Amino acid sequence: MALKLADYRTPLFNDWCPGCGNFGILTALQMALVDLQLPPSGVVIFSGIGCHGKTPHWINAYGVHTLHGRALPFAIGAKLANPRLEVIVHSGDGDGLGIGAGHFVNTGRRNIDMTYIIHDNGVYGLTKGQASPTLKLGVQTKALPRPNINEGINPIALALASGYTFIARSYAFDVAHLKETIKKAIQHRGMALVVIQQPCPTYNNINTKDWYSGEDRRDPATGKPVPRVYKLEETGFDGIVRSPEEILQKSVAALTKSQEWGDRIPMGVFYQNELVSTYQDRIAHRIAGYLENPPSKQVISDAEGKPVTSMAKMLDELKVTG
Amino acid sequence: MSRDDFIWMAGGPQGSGVDSSANIFARACCYGGLHVYGQREYHSNIKGMHSYFHIRVSPNELGAISSRVDLLCTFDADSIVRHIWEVSSGGGIICDSEVLPKKLTEIPTLSASFREEFQKTLDEKGIKPQTVGDLLNEVKKDGVRIYAVSYLELLKLLSKELGEEKLSKLTIMTNILALGISFGVVNYDKKYVATAIEKIFGKKEKIISMNVLAFNLAYDYATANFKDFGFSLNAVQTDEKRIFIQGTQAVALGKLAGGCRFQSYYPITPAGDESLYLEENEVFELERTALKQQGGSILVMQTEDEIAAVNMASGAALTGARAATSTSGPGFSLMVEGLGWAGINEVPTVISFYLRGGPSTGLPTRHGQEDLRFALHASHGEFPRIILCSGDVEECFYDAARAFNYAERYQTPVIHLTDKAIASSSKSCRMFDTNLIKIERGQLLTEADVSGKEYKRFRFTESGISPRVPLGTPGVVFWNTGDEHNELGHITENPAVRTRMVEKRMKKLNLADKEIPLQERVNFFGDEDAPVTIVSWGSPKGAILEAMERLRRENYKINFLQIRMPHPLPREYIAKVLGKATKKIDVEGNYSAQMAGIIQEETCISIDYFVLKWNGRPMTSDELYDAFLLILQDKAPARQVLTYGS
Repeated sequence: MALKLADYRTPLFNDWCPGCGNFGILTALQMALVDLQLPPSGVVIFSGIGCHGKTPHWINAYGVHTLHGRALPFAIGAKLANPRLEVIVHSGDGDGLGIGAGHFVNTGRRNIDMTYIIHDNGVYGLTKGQASPTLKLGVQTKALPRPNINEGINPIALALASGYTFIARSYAFDVAHLKETIKKAIQHRGMALVVIQQPCPTYNNINTKDWYSGEDRRDPATGKPVPRVYKLEETGFDGIVRSPEEILQKSVAALTKSQEWGDRIPMGVFYQNELVSTYQDRIAHRIAGYLENPPSKQVISDAEGKPVTSMAKMLDELKVTG
Repeated sequence: MSRDDFIWMAGGPQGSGVDSSANIFARACCYGGLHVYGQREYHSNIKGMHSYFHIRVSPNELGAISSRVDLLCTFDADSIVRHIWEVSSGGGIICDSEVLPKKLTEIPTLSASFREEFQKTLDEKGIKPQTVGDLLNEVKKDGVRIYAVSYLELLKLLSKELGEEKLSKLTIMTNILALGISFGVVNYDKKYVATAIEKIFGKKEKIISMNVLAFNLAYDYATANFKDFGFSLNAVQTDEKRIFIQGTQAVALGKLAGGCRFQSYYPITPAGDESLYLEENEVFELERTALKQQGGSILVMQTEDEIAAVNMASGAALTGARAATSTSGPGFSLMVEGLGWAGINEVPTVISFYLRGGPSTGLPTRHGQEDLRFALHASHGEFPRIILCSGDVEECFYDAARAFNYAERYQTPVIHLTDKAIASSSKSCRMFDTNLIKIERGQLLTEADVSGKEYKRFRFTESGISPRVPLGTPGVVFWNTGDEHNELGHITENPAVRTRMVEKRMKKLNLADKEIPLQERVNFFGDEDAPVTIVSWGSPKGAILEAMERLRRENYKINFLQIRMPHPLPREYIAKVLGKATKKIDVEGNYSAQMAGIIQEETCISIDYFVLKWNGRPMTSDELYDAFLLILQDKAPARQVLTYGS
């Protein structure tokens, strides 16, 4: 029987603020799981700390709500010990790009076959609205006593420099586009990053839903708002690397696009390169049979509890008498 | 010189081959049926600073170094000056004759604080040596024999024999020459040394033959020229199956036998060797299973930091794999938040924690036992943890395997403490017996167990243990969170659930206390009803046992209680043992006598005497003997601080 949206829901009350961008992200993710027909017991949703952190509790799949900034290491441990798991990691902008920035960078160079979703709203919501690492210089959201004194991190550019092989951006309230982007990320062979622009109706009074959709700048002719977000795909942009010769050019194009912000914010796939070996491939190259017999699936004792690891070779190497 | 044991020390600049010559020396002794205990000491430096290897040899099994040296084998002037007072009367010093004219003031690697102490010793002795040669002449008067040999001249002879013109290509073999002199002085059977050289250099036949040639040349030179040592080192017959092994290797092998299949780590001294050794042995054979042909493997991950290391291990442990991480003090400091997560989520994560001198970077390559209380209290909030501490290389092996049983049975993190003295000591010991290891996985359910049933990961149970399933088990799901949670694993702030959930977790500690047999938690040695009890933990074990045996031979009644599980502490047993003693002596490698404090907290029994050491060097049997003797003779202060080591 085909899995339905209800199969991925839990009956828990959702306590995100009304109008929170997280609702769109949760729905899009659940819809993606339906589309891909991934069984709940084969999926593990990891999250860090912050408003996004509660995401796994509202999804009927294995859910691991970890520490602030540490969702990636937990997820990597699980994925490598059992590569058959479909691992989807959620993180916030403070969580993933502030306290967890070291893991963000080092995960890129490993190219593990997982999906990493960053909920980016520019503020630390759960601690009442401080500036997050992605908030731009000089912006003063409503909880800030002074305008932001730091420049914002560009997660797309950082991901490119770190070696992510799928880099995309989407928007929390464009659920259709978001769902498709998440699906592409899950299906990507390698480490996939989806940065999701997400209004925070409570603390970010600058980058609001209306701001993203351009309510403040209506076309004088039609009277319709001119949205700030636009889709890369609709401009003919193609970030997919199809041969090694294209890597430099596509990287430069992605980096160039990543600089756009403000009046025009690109959505979609900036860069995708499946020519890079995944971490699992690299391990399998060293350890024959790793994929069929990963750490979680290995037999370690017989029925009586006797260890099955044969120590003879290693102990022989150390033997000095007898 | 004592005939029970013989102590050889090699000293030289880091990178000059001290390690490999010591390794060959130790193995050659092992092959001749002798027991060996070796301790490596080095600066936090790659090349040039002083390092030394202390090797003690005896027909009997050894567990510690001692405070004297019988034959000091030096590669430079620094090593002579640093260790000269340790050489026993009747002992010998092998040195390069080229360094004899060197002025004592012109050895740049000796620190100002060392020079000051050294000058003080010279003043006390009322001597004024100007050169290294003068200094050696002073100890010669005390009966120390000086074997000065020109390494350069020997190298020239060697180059002639090898037909190799360039001396610079051969200087790398100076350490082998020194080794040849050493064995020549004590007349040890050459054939064992050749075997050791072959073992160390593996398949490189040309290198082996060059080294054997160099060794023989120096050996023959010594037997012809240095005949007055008065002690020969003789091989003994043994049928016992023995291995020669380093502490970090023992932990690694224990993990493999115990079924560890995932290890994450960040490079740190002295823990790093363990992970490298695991990676070298990442693929292995299986036995006793139909899946034999499949073989086994461990995935060793070098991470970006220790935060990632501990959390990756927890992530892997959630999938049902036995998983561990390995670190030292600074790394463990970074792991503490992750430790708490494993605690509240009841994850069987194993942490191997190699203690070294702290705080902060402290003494990165030196010994210490300062983190017992840290391991006990690390991370905020309250959760059960089990702490093991091994006293020697053998215990490291069995404890490392057992740690996973405790972790899985009680579904809680286990911290296995060892220390730098064990990590970088190598010793001969009985062949490990894998049959003594039993794997107990606790309440780990499979798909068949849970299929079609309601599953709650944190179900309230009588024992506090909720049966667990690995991530990915079909038919069910669960949630984890570092927040307080309900039985399903969802966040809750409900005060009643909170009360029960904390109690459920903490109960597991009582269960562990009740179930884990005493023999896995303490060792007791010596006279049952002795009036004097020594209590200690970790690496002092070997030195204590030896000092105690000496005292018992002198008719003192004394016993030793070694604590191997400080948490949960077997308090009733400890109270019973200590209750019988009129003199209770605590021995630890720290300033504040941490174990004594824990015992006092748990049993209300206070310790009478403290023998403590925190200079970064392991305890020796001699200094412990002296300290115990003072206590037995009622001449000791309540607190004695040991200082041996250079």
